[in-house]
Amino acid sequence: MLLINCPWCGARDEIEFHCGGEAHIVRPEQPDQLDDAAWADYLFMRGNPKGRYAERWVHSAGCRRWFNVIRDTTSHRILAVYKPGEPPPDLAEPSS
Amino acid sequence: MSQPKRLAEGGLIDRSRPLSFRFNGKPYKGYAGDTLASALIANGVHLVGRSFKYHRPRGITAAGVEDPNGLVQVGRGATTVPNLMATQVPLSEGLRATSVNVFPSARFDVGAVLGWGSKLLPAGFYYKTFFGSPWLWRRVYEPLIRRAAGWGKAPNAADPDRYDHRHHHCDVLVVGAGPAGLAAARAAARSGARVVLADSDGRFGGSLLSSEVEIEGRSGSDWSDQVVDLLGQQDEVRLLPRTTVFGYYDGNYLCALERLADGPVRERLWHIRAREVVLATGAHERPLVFAGNDRPGIMLAGAVTTYLRRWAAKPGARMVLFTNNDRAYESAVVANEAGIEVAAVVDSRASVDPALGKLLSSRNIRHLTGHVVTRAEGTKRVTAAQIGRLSGDRIEGKAEKIDCDLLAVSGGLSPAVHLFSQAQGKLAYDETLACLRPAQGPGGVHSAGACNGTFDLAGVLAEGARAGASAAQATGFEASVEVLTVGSPWQHGAIEPLWSVPTASKKGKRFVDLQNDTSVADIELAVREGFDSAEHLKRYTLTGFGTDQGRTSNVNALGILAGAVGRPIGEVGTTTFRPPYTPVTFGAMGGRDRGDQFDPARLTPMQDWHVAQGAVFEDVGQWKRPRYFPKSGDDMKTAVARECKATRESVGIFDASTLGKIDIQGPDAAEFLNRVYTNGWKILPVGKARYGIMCGEDGMVFDDGTTARLSDQRYFMTTTTGGAAGVLDHLEEFLQTEWPDLRVRLTSVTEQWANVSLAGPRSRDVLAALAPDLDLSPEGFGFLQWRDAQVAGLDARIFRVSFTGELQYEINVPWHFGQALWDAAMAAGEPFGITPYGTETMHVLRAEKGFIIVGQETDGTTTPDDLGLGRMVSAKKDFIGKRSLSRADCLRPDRKQLVGLLPENPAQELPEGSQLVEVDHSKRPPPIPMIGFVTSSYWSAALETNFSLALVERGRSRHGDVIEVALKDGPTLARIVDPVFYDSEGARRDGD
Repeated sequence: MLLINCPWCGARDEIEFHCGGEAHIVRPEQPDQLDDAAWADYLFMRGNPKGRYAERWVHSAGCRRWFNVIRDTTSHRILAVYKPGEPPPDLAEPSS
Repeated sequence: MSQPKRLAEGGLIDRSRPLSFRFNGKPYKGYAGDTLASALIANGVHLVGRSFKYHRPRGITAAGVEDPNGLVQVGRGATTVPNLMATQVPLSEGLRATSVNVFPSARFDVGAVLGWGSKLLPAGFYYKTFFGSPWLWRRVYEPLIRRAAGWGKAPNAADPDRYDHRHHHCDVLVVGAGPAGLAAARAAARSGARVVLADSDGRFGGSLLSSEVEIEGRSGSDWSDQVVDLLGQQDEVRLLPRTTVFGYYDGNYLCALERLADGPVRERLWHIRAREVVLATGAHERPLVFAGNDRPGIMLAGAVTTYLRRWAAKPGARMVLFTNNDRAYESAVVANEAGIEVAAVVDSRASVDPALGKLLSSRNIRHLTGHVVTRAEGTKRVTAAQIGRLSGDRIEGKAEKIDCDLLAVSGGLSPAVHLFSQAQGKLAYDETLACLRPAQGPGGVHSAGACNGTFDLAGVLAEGARAGASAAQATGFEASVEVLTVGSPWQHGAIEPLWSVPTASKKGKRFVDLQNDTSVADIELAVREGFDSAEHLKRYTLTGFGTDQGRTSNVNALGILAGAVGRPIGEVGTTTFRPPYTPVTFGAMGGRDRGDQFDPARLTPMQDWHVAQGAVFEDVGQWKRPRYFPKSGDDMKTAVARECKATRESVGIFDASTLGKIDIQGPDAAEFLNRVYTNGWKILPVGKARYGIMCGEDGMVFDDGTTARLSDQRYFMTTTTGGAAGVLDHLEEFLQTEWPDLRVRLTSVTEQWANVSLAGPRSRDVLAALAPDLDLSPEGFGFLQWRDAQVAGLDARIFRVSFTGELQYEINVPWHFGQALWDAAMAAGEPFGITPYGTETMHVLRAEKGFIIVGQETDGTTTPDDLGLGRMVSAKKDFIGKRSLSRADCLRPDRKQLVGLLPENPAQELPEGSQLVEVDHSKRPPPIPMIGFVTSSYWSAALETNFSLALVERGRSRHGDVIEVALKDGPTLARIVDPVFYDSEGARRDGD
């Protein structure tokens, strides 16, 4: 079970959280200006990288707030945690 | 004579505490400190059970958790446990154990006939034979196979015992309390770190309990007792004996099973979050693979040593040792000293350290180098070993037979890398040690001692201390390593791998996995048939499955596989190690989460009243809701018909407290609602409410409910009972992640407001009696309006909404006044025959009106327009999901649309989920298109017919058409109609 460092509450067990999928996908300002393909891309298409992945988590059984996580999908290790609106931190270490 | 095979002295048993036990009904004696296995051996019992597939006689082959064969069923009735290893069962007074997989007894087993015909049962036999006829499989083959291959028996009643879960955090978790683990725990504990030390055994010490060594001038067991005492005195150290760490999960989260000797709790499951982990899990000895190597009396060499030294139990009278390594020679010497006649030491290696030869000759033990045991003789006990000379991969020269009743075998050591592997550590094959050992570990894990491929005691202790110190340092403590003086007459020495003894004859099975009866021939067959990867081989031959998880067989199987495919062992890879390391009971996994405590129950303040009235309940999410209120002997249909009639004709009362309620506040609340609902919200005035539909971003209906404007910047949202939590999550997600600029706050108030709903034409009279000052005229209190008022002397907020089609008031009061309001309403309604109704009546009444229930008429692929609610979708604004509604698929003309359905025969029920097809389908070629399905179905007392709601392709344009409903007992006909069955003009909404 992951130990997730909620930026507001501190380190808590994974069961207190829900994962909300890929982070930094911005809802289009004017959806009606998009063609079907562009809308489908926003709606359905998500990255599936081997390695670092920025994803959203919510501390549902705690402060109920959303935040971002960088997780390595190969080792399942959490490399960084940051608040919404903040840019992803620059990780110097290469991903394991 | 009691305990005929017990040595006169020695062993770590308490001879002052004899214990009585029964095995297969026969009484025996043992001592405190025994395991069931050691006590059986002390009584001369070797034959413990029958094998899984061929029902061959099997005995105890190991002293620890690796034993593939000594499986027993312990206890009786509700608390019996099947398939325990006799080596893992501490002996206790009155213990009752029986063999598993025997019929009628272990000594005479009719299933053994399977062994005679074993050529007919090769690997993959089941896959190849039992397909084709499902009937034969279900009625004939499966019951027979289950009877023949079943292991123990499940308990016949619910387990009355108590199981607990505990959570623990520590700096350093040390797994295994042998020499490496004790050294690690000592080093870590000295630094002040919080340490947990766990070991499966009831007594700490591991191999020290059965070795002849000296540490710091003390014997191994004395030293270990001293370290344990010292650790026990430290506040920050927790010792967990009888505790198996069985799972290593992400983030150094480990689970362990503690078996309690006595007390109110039977087992305790520990959840341990450790900052650093030291694995000191030791190693398991491998057997050697030769014909008949499964006979009772064939035992791992290290187990012979352990039974003699730790338990003073003599596994035989005349022994042959068969080895491919130096280490096993210790058991020949220990046996010799214990009075066992050692007939020969057979070593497969041509050249052996001369010192070992001298050691044997000084004790007059015959030494055969370059020889192998080609076959073990005997059935229920080994009687002799056939010896041959090994030349390359052939046996040469004349065979010699040496009589023995104990055949000790050693094929080398396999480090117990299970937890390391579960932690995603990488393994590598070590040619010198002939074993897989940890290569590259993830952070936070330290392997020390035999589990790391370090087998010499001095090295083990030093590595353990270093691991303990580095683990403590990594958590911020200052730690140092002390060097211990060690005296041990035994070195690990050399090994030459021998994965299987070559054989010229086809006679005699060479077993690789004794628990699953997998032989060398099975592995070779699997490879010939193309199952030549380690994972395929495991599934095809079962090697490595079972309660022992192939601890004695996996590496031998890999060696044989590597030979068969002509590749190095390091390249064939291993199977994946998964938790649990040893079996975990369902009782322990469930802990206290069983029965009423399995899931929290949410109850309304009127629950006690409902129960007292004899309500029949249904679960809606975690809520308990009255489904109907039967009166003496009513079935559901009668009760629901009565409740419907009362509500339609006079007044019904309904507990709607479970409705989800969200308090929405902030200057941007109206804008927010406008974005989450499909319809417009900006012009809703204070004092009014509105029905709304929410979609997901995919345009599919997600929830619905009414929301009222309480003040300029405050709204009161209701959601479906089951959808409340999901709606709040959905709203929070958009508010926090997409629109953080909106100034809106959301608070769940579901359990702050009890809701008593009055429905029916007389509901106005009842409310008038309760709230005499309130203007209840249709003009004074219109539909979709709300009022604050005193109701029965309580501060209440009343919403005029209707989910029944009747005049209806939902009266909200603070939660704890719910029952008081209910009582007052029942009293005020008495002159009108007020009738409590449950969710079933609510369903019937709303379905008669064609009102949908999200999750019943919708299934995540349903748009508002599919439900005939297209008018609720604003064209003027954006909202969540709007863009998706213009995707091509949402505009298809043949989408399924909500309709009503009336069976041609009013008595015919159309079960929910029934598939709908065209009446002329028989004229079309198959497959027959399914054009829709029934979503809701009830008996209507008002209409005197069964009726249904359904989703049907192009349904709105097909009113009047007859279609066929596919039912189990044959098709029936139904007519598509408008989904509003009752009061389609809406005249009843304002009462009569």
